[in-house]
Order: sequence, then C-alpha cells, then structure tokens
Amino acid sequence: MAILVNKESRVICQGITGRNGTFHSLACRDYGTKMVGGVTPGKEGETVDGIPVFNTVWKAVRETGADVSIIFIPAAHARDPILEAVDAGIQVIVCITEGIPPLDTASALHTVRNEGRRLIGPNTPGVISPGEKCKVGIMPGYIHKPGPVGVISRSGTLTYEVVDQLTRNGVGQSTCLGLGGDPVVGLSFIDCLKMFRDDPETEAVVLIGEIGGSAEEQAAEFIKREFNKPVAAYVAGRGAPPGKRMGHAGAIISGGSGTAQSKIQALTGVGVTVVDNIAQVGAVVRKMLG
Amino acid sequence: MNLHEYQSKELLAQKGVAIPRGSVCYEPLEAVIAARQLKTDKVVLKAQVHSGGRGKGGGVAVLSLADDIRSRAAEILGKRLVTNQTGPEGKPVSGLLVEEVIPIDQEIYVGVVLDRISGKVTVMASPEGGMEIETLAREAPEKIFTVAAHPVRGLSPFQARQLAYRLSEDKAVARQLEKVITVLYDIFVEYDCSLVEINPLIVSGGKVVALDAKVNLDDNALFRHPELEKLRDRSQEDSLELSARMDGLSYIRLDGDIGCIVNGAGLAMATLDLISLHGGSPANFLDVGGGASEQAVADAMSILLDDKRVKVVFINIFGGILRCDVLARGVIRATRERGLQLPVVARIEGTNIEEGRRLFEESGLSIAMIPSLDDAAKLVVEKAAAC
Repeated sequence: MAILVNKESRVICQGITGRNGTFHSLACRDYGTKMVGGVTPGKEGETVDGIPVFNTVWKAVRETGADVSIIFIPAAHARDPILEAVDAGIQVIVCITEGIPPLDTASALHTVRNEGRRLIGPNTPGVISPGEKCKVGIMPGYIHKPGPVGVISRSGTLTYEVVDQLTRNGVGQSTCLGLGGDPVVGLSFIDCLKMFRDDPETEAVVLIGEIGGSAEEQAAEFIKREFNKPVAAYVAGRGAPPGKRMGHAGAIISGGSGTAQSKIQALTGVGVTVVDNIAQVGAVVRKMLG
Repeated sequence: MNLHEYQSKELLAQKGVAIPRGSVCYEPLEAVIAARQLKTDKVVLKAQVHSGGRGKGGGVAVLSLADDIRSRAAEILGKRLVTNQTGPEGKPVSGLLVEEVIPIDQEIYVGVVLDRISGKVTVMASPEGGMEIETLAREAPEKIFTVAAHPVRGLSPFQARQLAYRLSEDKAVARQLEKVITVLYDIFVEYDCSLVEINPLIVSGGKVVALDAKVNLDDNALFRHPELEKLRDRSQEDSLELSARMDGLSYIRLDGDIGCIVNGAGLAMATLDLISLHGGSPANFLDVGGGASEQAVADAMSILLDDKRVKVVFINIFGGILRCDVLARGVIRATRERGLQLPVVARIEGTNIEEGRRLFEESGLSIAMIPSLDDAAKLVVEKAAAC
C-alpha cells in the first residue's frame, strides 16, 4: 500500500520541458510511474517523448486526472507553481527545487495546509514506493527494493546511501521520502510517522536527520506518545561547527540549538536505535527486524 | 549574508527607530574627532565585526573624553577580534562605531525569525534584555513572549501592542515599543531576513533606543535584493568559502588534514562524522552537489590541492546520475593543472564505474578505489596518520 504515492498515482511534471524536468520525468516513467503529463506555459501541444505538455496545471488535471505533481522550476519563481498545483486540485506536490526564499515557501505552505494537501520539500529528492513501482523524484530507482521499512530523511544522497545498505542487507522499503534540506518544509517527520503508523505494510521506520532546527526532537516526542513500531535513526553533523550553513539551508546550528547531540539524545531517550557509524545502518536495521 | 551593527542601525533609523548618536570610523584620529563631536561625558567604541561576544573579546570600550581614545581606537582597529563565536583565528575589525553613552533604565530583547515548524514569521520579546537569548531560552523560557504573524495578513497592530504592553506598562514607552516591533517585522519581510534582532533595546529617560542591532539576510533571497549586495563585507567571510559558493560548491573550512569531496550535504556531513569516528580529522566540508559536473569536481579538487594542510583526499560519491568517468576526469584534470598530487582514497557508487577506474589507473595517480564506505574511511585515516 505504501504512503503518499502508489501504483494508482497519476503524476504530472511542472517544468517538464526544462533539462531536469525532461530527464527526470522520463526516468520516473522508466521506473514505472504513471507520468501522465507535464506543464510548461506556452508549450501545449508539444510532447516530451510522448508525454503531453499542457499550458496550465488546471488543463493538465482536467485532461489527465493527475493527482500528484513534481516541480522542477527555478527557485526565484517556484512559489507560484505550488499555489497553482493546489488550486488545480493536486493532492501531493513534490518540489525538487533548491534555493527557494523561505518566506516564499512559508507563504505557499500556508495555502497547502489550508487546503489539506501535502507538500514534499522543497529541496527534496522526492518520494518513492518501490513495491508500487512509483517514483516521484530524482533518486536512483535501482538501489531500492520493495519491503517493510519506511525511510524518512532530511537528505538526498545520504538517503541513497542508507537505502542501498538496506537493500544489500535484504531489507526492502515501503516508501522512502526526502523531507527536504530547507529550514521550512512541507511534510515533517511527524506527518510521515503518522502515515507509516497507519500503513499495514510498514513494519519499521528509519529516520535520517541532521543538524538544525528541532524536527528530530519533536519526532522523538511523537514516537514516545504515539508510535510503537521499531525506529532506527542516523543524525548527520556531529562534527559541524556552530553558525555555519552545512550545505543545506536548514543545516545550521544557531545559538547552541539544533546540534546533532541534542537530537541523538532526544531520540535515544525514547527508545530509538541511533546508529553512530553511517556504514552500519543497514546491518543494524536488519538485526532490529530480527 | 550578515550586516554589521552600524548597517543594521542605519536600516532601523531609516524606518524611524531611535538609535544612539554616533558614526563609523576607520582611523584612530577619526574616532577622536567623532567622540568630541558627540559632546557627551562618555563614549563607547564598538568593533564592527560579524560576531557577537565582542565585549568579552575586547572589542568594546567605554571611555570618557579625558581618556586616550586614540590609542584605544588604534588597538581595536588594528587587530583581529577573537570572540567565542569567531573561532581562534578571529575576524578583522572593519570599522569602529563611536557612539554616545546613554543611561539605561531598562533592557529589552526583541527579535524576529521565521519559525521552522509553523512556517510563520515570529516576533520574540523579553523584558530581560541584554543577555544571550539562547541562555534565557534555556534558563527562563517563560520570560520570552512570542507572537506569530499571519502568513497572509502579516503582523496586526494588536499583536505588536500586545507584546509592547507585556514589556512595559508605561503608555509612552509601550507606544514606542509597538513601533519598533512593527519596524522589525517590516524589515524582516521586506528584505527576506533570517534574523532581525535588537539586544538590548533600551528605555532611557522614557525614550526607547536600539543599543545594538543585528540583521541577517537569507542567502536564498539575495537575488531579489541586489541593492543590498553592496552592504556585503567580504573581510568578514572566509574568502575560500565565498569563492567556492560562487562556483556552486558548498565549502566550509575545518581543522584537520583529510580533504573531503562528497556529493550531497547530508552525505558530506556523514562522511566527516565517519572520519572522526575512526580517529581522523577532516580538513573541510565540501559538497559538490547531487549531480556534480567535471568542472565542479575539478574545482573541488583544486581547492584541496591548494590547501597546504591537506595530506590525503577522501572522495565519497553516491550518485545514480553522476558518472564515475566524469568524476575521474575532474580529479585528473585538477591534479594535472596544479602539477601536484595528493594520495586519494575514493569510494564511488554510480554509473560507469569501470570507465572511471580505467581512467584513474591510466593516469598514474595514487588513487585507491574502495567499494566499502567503512573500509575507505579507515584507510584514509590510516594514510593521513602515516604522512
């Protein structure tokens, strides 16, 4: 069953005629995703290797019944496409774009939340449900395999590292998603934990966190109160110096808070298995599942 | 991008917030003249650096006109200021703010941030100003009041008023506080800030004055505020970090001797942690981006080759899109251009691995390709120790 995206998901790509939009739309389709259309204003009638392009999301949804959108639009103009997708009825919006001004994200998020939709990201590699052959993102499909573990991560390539290890250890994934590396993002750890809690296919969860903010601490609180499935976690940035943005806009220790140590402490305190050595996550999870 | 205190104060003053009388000086003699012109009993000299903790670091001096202002100004201007936030190498003092000293009846904290969880612009205020907000947050969080602005309506007047009257029951003071709070919010939103803070905001003889000010601009939004770019002070930023960013790389200098090149910020942080776990010391954080190009890899490798502290290079790349032959070409090109070598340990997961391996072998460079991340990290730590 998985969460967020499955074999019934009908996906459009906003920004499909751009280089990244085209490349990844085709890669998703190759994986098995139902890529039903794309949107680039002014290019309706064109196709991208057979995928129809529309002028507006409204038109695309009307013609294709799309309910998921993946956005590859440059940061300076990325707020409007999110709003457009919500307005057109899209349920799950995956915003790959990095570099969006946080106030723009916050503004779009207000509308997304008001309308009861889901925003994944921004600055995310996307979401994939291997058992459903549905990939809405830029992650390499080949490292995934279907199985019982949900993966929620603030990272991109670090997520792939963990997923690859899980697969090599014989542990498949129900759904993997990247929350995004920005300080303000749509779905949170808690949002996803709730969905995984209610997903019968998911037996355990892996959290991949990093410095900055308090999302992991909040997740720990939630796990203590409302989550009974086993959880393993890795938190990146133990050695990060304070005050420096470590690549991700949201990965910054400011005023002493947001340290890896505080997150690790919070998670360990509620029974989460926190892994110290990134290279051992796969083995630890395999053992955890018994 | 951060602004200096004096720049932040100018922004506030433009919008009607009272600041102490004063001016920025760049020479000791200027400071003397500026001090005399203030015609007050005492003046304060404040080093302009992008850092807090300036007082403890010796960057702030309160003097009377009878004191040797010139020598003190020369002393502060001439050195690199080391504070608990700058790191041991400190930062050069860009200027000296010479201000009148005014009596303090009350110290207040006011700051504006974008709350990450709620996604709302949030104003925080406390009647316990003057101390580090983080300390207050830890020790007496009940003394910090917050209001969250509505994402569409913005900050309503009643919200600013509500905060103001919690900070002071004096009507005249509260009205001024209301204005300051509104201005801080307006600046935050108008300039896409990550932080706007006055600590302390003081009450002096019934007048509300910003004794210190901090404005940090969000890097992601700078593109739409080109006029603010001229406020950038490059002397306050690590030049290598800045130039790397211009090349599309994320680079942060650390203390060790193992140079790192990784694709992806989270994986880069995890790589540093793994090296430390095995007893090594990373020289830097470097993210070449999820789908690095040959140029990006060459630029990254050049940075490490130029860094005299680096003894060994660790390349950790995981990318379905990144081709290993592209990686190899980038590394080899940089090495040839610099005309010097560093031993490299590479752990690469991606496409075209065989082609990459072949290129490395033919290049004659010392490159160990280790498939296991743990083994690769252990090896690089061993090699660094052996150098």
